[in-house]
Amino acid sequence: MTRPSAFTLVSMAALMLTLTFLALPIVAIFTDVAPRDLIASLDDPAALDALRLSLLTSGLALSIIVLVGTPAAWLLATRRFRGRALATTLVELPLVVPPAAAGIGLLAAFGPLGVVGSQLDAAGIRLVLETAGVVAALTFVASPFYLRQAQAGFAAVDPRLLDASRTLGASELMTFLRVGVPASRAALSAGAALAWGRALGEFGATLLFAGSLRGVTQTAPLAIYERFGTDFTGALALSAVLVLLAATILVAVRLATPEADAER
Amino acid sequence: MLSAEVRAPLRAIDLDASLSVAPGSCLALAGPSGAGKTSMLHAIAGLLRPSDGVISCGGLTWFDGATGRSVRPEQRRCGVVFQDYALFPHMSAWRNVAYGLRGLRRSERRLKAVELLDRFGIAALTDARPAELSGGERQRVALARALAVDPSALLLDEPLSALDRASADAASRELSAVLREAEVPCVLVTHDFAQASLLADEVAVMDRGSIVQRGSAADLAASPASAFVAELTGASVLRGVARPGAAGTCELTLPGGATVVAIGAATGPAAVVLRPWDVTIESASPAGPASSARNHVAARVTGLVPLGGRVRVALALPEPLAAEITAQAAESLALRPGAEVRATWKATAGRLVPGLPARQGRS
Repeated sequence: MTRPSAFTLVSMAALMLTLTFLALPIVAIFTDVAPRDLIASLDDPAALDALRLSLLTSGLALSIIVLVGTPAAWLLATRRFRGRALATTLVELPLVVPPAAAGIGLLAAFGPLGVVGSQLDAAGIRLVLETAGVVAALTFVASPFYLRQAQAGFAAVDPRLLDASRTLGASELMTFLRVGVPASRAALSAGAALAWGRALGEFGATLLFAGSLRGVTQTAPLAIYERFGTDFTGALALSAVLVLLAATILVAVRLATPEADAER
Repeated sequence: MLSAEVRAPLRAIDLDASLSVAPGSCLALAGPSGAGKTSMLHAIAGLLRPSDGVISCGGLTWFDGATGRSVRPEQRRCGVVFQDYALFPHMSAWRNVAYGLRGLRRSERRLKAVELLDRFGIAALTDARPAELSGGERQRVALARALAVDPSALLLDEPLSALDRASADAASRELSAVLREAEVPCVLVTHDFAQASLLADEVAVMDRGSIVQRGSAADLAASPASAFVAELTGASVLRGVARPGAAGTCELTLPGGATVVAIGAATGPAAVVLRPWDVTIESASPAGPASSARNHVAARVTGLVPLGGRVRVALALPEPLAAEITAQAAESLALRPGAEVRATWKATAGRLVPGLPARQGRS
């Protein structure tokens, strides 16, 4: 056996440091307070409201993202057209925009005095201080996570598979549904999981755009922030639930995607 | 009748080619990679839109550059065997084959797919995924899938290039049977002239987007129109009936009566592929010197094509055979059309392909 090189040792130390730093706060959430106290502090209507709202809004946002984002990502991945690079960059922009700036931007666009505010108002659509506003904020910040993965997944599909599908009598839509989507399902579910995780944790844009009204716009992260000053144990309990949810999503996707049998 | 006249700018070249293929006949597009063969195939299948031209099949116009009318690929229904087969990786073999079957119940689609798989001797692999199949098995699934749609034309893109030599020989036998039974026009794309002459009735040589010569494989090998065609068409195919010979060899009796020796085992219909530069020409008399070459066959010179310092000599055994010799050798033998000579080659120079009967009833 050869001795590991100095660089290997340094890399191993770096990995240990990374793992410790990333895992410690997550572990601490569960060890800082006795499990009994965590469960007891969840027995609070406000906490349950926040969790319910988080699941509802993130679920709605994810549905919108998948429904609209999948065909959009397909086009970006499979067609060459003028402005395609610009479109790809635009799709990724929310990744780097600070959530607070995103909230302000959403207000400036869809708020009562925003660019399309009066049109939305005329159509009877109100977003600010409404649950729909939370969905809008989550959709805005989370969509790039799905779109990026979906676009990369679709781009990796052998174009000959799509050609083969067409010559076998399948229309473009059928080819998308029966070959494109199943052949990229690993990327699609990974993207959906990432987007959902991001939506569950969204804080800044939601607070600025939709506010923090209990039962209407106060999602779990906003409830954690509200409790943090007065009830640290309650904040910890909600955090623990969110961490468990996120971890469950991640593990479920990991287990479901590699070589899952779709059709046989 | 499939006819295609296609003009299309490609990345490095301009495609500008026309071809026509009769139903039941197979045309091979042969040429180096990048010559535009696959693009031509894609234009016929509707996967590449030409800038101009006319494509029609069975009396239907598929593309007309003058009106801009173009039938979608799903409505042309060409049976295409793609390079590397392009099987759907997320579907089992039968699902791949059944993909093009529409308007049937699931049980009927499965039944029909299994029937087709059975025709290629792989019914046992009905539920296997492409990743679990060997190259030869994938090729058969791809063929079954292309035939399942009852295609209006059969288009094959390098159908044997993904296979090793042993599987390619077996696969080419099956392919030749499929092509013989096909009642639709077939176009075969290959960079391998030997393959083209084994499988197709006619060969069109493509270079940089154009068809530079078209004819029977024997004609192309014997009278190449250019050094390029001569370079590419380095193969003559002698078909005959084989019987086992001395240890490790077999004897192939040609229709004209001559018998040649080849390495390998074969009984019944078989072919020997010979490259022109492996064929030596000797004067017919006297009886010839002692030689290690096992094959000395009487032949008549039917044509001479000078190619720089070389000469491509067309021979009739009476089966067509091409030989390539230096210009000096041709001069010293005083070769001219009609001259009686002997064609000589080592048994080890020929490649035996067992089980390839002559194509019948074809031009």
